[in-house]
Amino acid sequence: MPGDDGNAARIAQDARQALEICNACRYCDGYCAVFRALRSRRELSAADLSFLSNLCHNCRACYHACQYAPPHPFDVNIPKSLSLVRQRTYRDHAWPALPGGRVRHTGRFAMAVTLSMVAVLSVPALLWLPPEQVLGRHSGAGAFYRVLPWSLIAGLAGLTLLWSLLSVGFSVAAFWRSMGPVPPGAATGPALRDALWDIASLRNLGGGGVGCNDRDDRFSQARRRFHHALSYGFALCFAATAVATVYDHVLGWQAPYPVFSLPVLLGSLGGAGMMAGTAGLAWLKRHADPGPVAAELLGADLALLAQLFLIATSGFALLALRETAAMGPLLLIHLGVVLGFFATLPCGKFLHAPFRAAALLRWALERQEQRRKEPPSP
Amino acid sequence: MTNVLHECDVLVAGGGNAALCAAISARRSGAAVMMLDSAPRALRGGNARHSRNFRIAHDEPSPWIQGRYPAGDYWSDLQGVAGSAVDETLAHLLIGESAGILGWMIGNGVRFQSADDDALPYSRKTAFFLGGGKALVNALYATAEGLGVVVRHDSEVRAFHPADGLTAVTVLRDGRKETIRAGAVVVATGGFQADGDWLRDRWGEAADGFVIRGTPHATGRPLKALLESGADPVGASGLCHMVAVDGRSPGFDGGIVTRLDGVAYGIVVDRNGRRFADEGEHVGPTRFSVWGDRVARCPGAVAFSIFDTAIERGFRPSIFPAVRAASIGGLAAELGMLPAVLESTVAAFNAAVRAGGHTEGILPAKTRLAAPVAVPPFGAYPMRAGVTSTCLGVRVDCKARVLRSDGQPLGGIFAAGVIMAPNILGHGYLAGSAMTIGSVFGRIAGREAAAHARR
Repeated sequence: MPGDDGNAARIAQDARQALEICNACRYCDGYCAVFRALRSRRELSAADLSFLSNLCHNCRACYHACQYAPPHPFDVNIPKSLSLVRQRTYRDHAWPALPGGRVRHTGRFAMAVTLSMVAVLSVPALLWLPPEQVLGRHSGAGAFYRVLPWSLIAGLAGLTLLWSLLSVGFSVAAFWRSMGPVPPGAATGPALRDALWDIASLRNLGGGGVGCNDRDDRFSQARRRFHHALSYGFALCFAATAVATVYDHVLGWQAPYPVFSLPVLLGSLGGAGMMAGTAGLAWLKRHADPGPVAAELLGADLALLAQLFLIATSGFALLALRETAAMGPLLLIHLGVVLGFFATLPCGKFLHAPFRAAALLRWALERQEQRRKEPPSP
Repeated sequence: MTNVLHECDVLVAGGGNAALCAAISARRSGAAVMMLDSAPRALRGGNARHSRNFRIAHDEPSPWIQGRYPAGDYWSDLQGVAGSAVDETLAHLLIGESAGILGWMIGNGVRFQSADDDALPYSRKTAFFLGGGKALVNALYATAEGLGVVVRHDSEVRAFHPADGLTAVTVLRDGRKETIRAGAVVVATGGFQADGDWLRDRWGEAADGFVIRGTPHATGRPLKALLESGADPVGASGLCHMVAVDGRSPGFDGGIVTRLDGVAYGIVVDRNGRRFADEGEHVGPTRFSVWGDRVARCPGAVAFSIFDTAIERGFRPSIFPAVRAASIGGLAAELGMLPAVLESTVAAFNAAVRAGGHTEGILPAKTRLAAPVAVPPFGAYPMRAGVTSTCLGVRVDCKARVLRSDGQPLGGIFAAGVIMAPNILGHGYLAGSAMTIGSVFGRIAGREAAAHARR
């Protein structure tokens, strides 16, 4: 698509021009890693744009602090410019490279896949399985597996996830290479530790200690906290699944587990975090100043939040109603939503997580180089 | 048709740092405060939007500023730029109050960058606010509005009517004249650099070539109104704080990024293709302002920085692309000069360059960083004078009261910021001092205006 290539060139050129103005100004140095990484770059290559756009956490502090932001004729809008470049990096490094890349990265596609997964599971089950299997009441150990056999649940989820992780892995590897060669002599161990801390603490959403401009020119930590709730909630749900796997395979205890068991407690805490986090982030998006936002990317952001919200709520509904006849349909819905989420990992907003982690690792490697070149002043 | 619309204790004219500090200070002193900013909301903050740091006297390092900068050093730096024009009493007041102004600004929501942040240049004299001037302005507006200061944008003060009781102020708002009566008025509206006619009156046609680096709303109307009301002028109406900027900068609000960094590395010629100054004389931070003044006095108030591919590697490029050509003659044609003249200028310069980076046998000499302009392609940046602010103000006393030429206060009118900065700086400039003057005298003016309004 030549038109699309022209669009990509314009997006890159806009970002380059804006960042050159940043490099001449440098007032935002205290906010985040993007401006520090920019300092050592005189001319911005495609590799630099790839790196800087994914290092940007889209916190908008630099937009509200910018004397060159619209309506200024320079029209500097770093969060918006870098969002657009960043979204291109997801598409450009997609694996396998299939036609229709643009469509596959939209929120509509993610939601369509998710709803299809729910339908693909539910419709045949309702049509062909005996009604008492799907709509009957089941209780005691192995109740879930009397609706759908364990091998089907685990097989579907496992294969989808495996394929998606493979695809994400290849994409991230291609993205890593696109950022250019790593500074020679950098120590990977300390860099990994620094990057993990940046990820775990979301230091770059801290605005140099005062928070970011989540909604307008006032500073707040809301976005950072909601994101923490979401990602740590997600991690707890993952831990719940891991513990349940051990219970099932090592200890021979079959789900469903009692309310006060480890998998249910971890999953409930994690699910609550995910609900609060996704709802909070969606609320911030809806009420944010539209100035620094690339409106065309909002759909993909909201679709990921919707998927995660649906996973958490359908999980809770399943927990609450697992003794009733609603358990079967809820299990089908929950499983469908999880499968939809897994299937769209490689082509949705989810890619921001591994891509940003890679950019933070690269930044940690570069930081060592910067420190070597500029020893701290006495 | 004029109608009385409003009364308040303290009326603050202006929308920048000094005005905000005055409004907050007056409000914290218990006054009902209204602020009138001539800019629309999107351009609020005056020239403070483009600022970066405060010059602060301090005897020991703090989380926001390194080393020590004793009051004596501050005083000698001020004397160095202002010479005999400095009002000693006000200068010592500024230096003494500067020590406490950081804490006061922090208390009013302004954030500073940590002094040990390795992204900052070493500075024992100035503290940098996080995110620059617009972040500071945003924080101060949030504080002022939170305290209940009434802020009106698009409102320009046109005339003062000082009186023993309430002072009446004529305001133009949305094309309509209004009168506001206040117990005291603080004027913090900066210079008059955005008034092209006034500049032309002082600079002649050269003014048409000037670029204004800051707000288009610094028209100086309130300054003119104060002078018409009998305020004693200080400073000089024919002088400006200027730096050399890329000639393609927007007419207003180009701020810091339009400065030309590398002028000292190549050669500089006027529009006729001839060198006119020692490019190597100033290589430190003073180079920006020195070249601003030089370019302002060139024919057409324009000059050109010329370099080759080897020289270009030594400096930070302009945000605008260089004009380029394969030969000096071609470059001259691109710049609208006679090729033969620029060719002979460059040839004479190149022949005069000696090892060690200076010239011999040409006038003007280049005393440092001299290297032949010889490796094509050649490049050029057009240079213009970028005006930060004008140097005309009104005389004030230690309470920031505006004084008449007989030394008596102009009833109930106070001033803060660039409109009274020439009392201290004359027509000189010290990095970070304008913001400190704005905050220190804004704070004083607000407090004193509130006290005056209570009388």
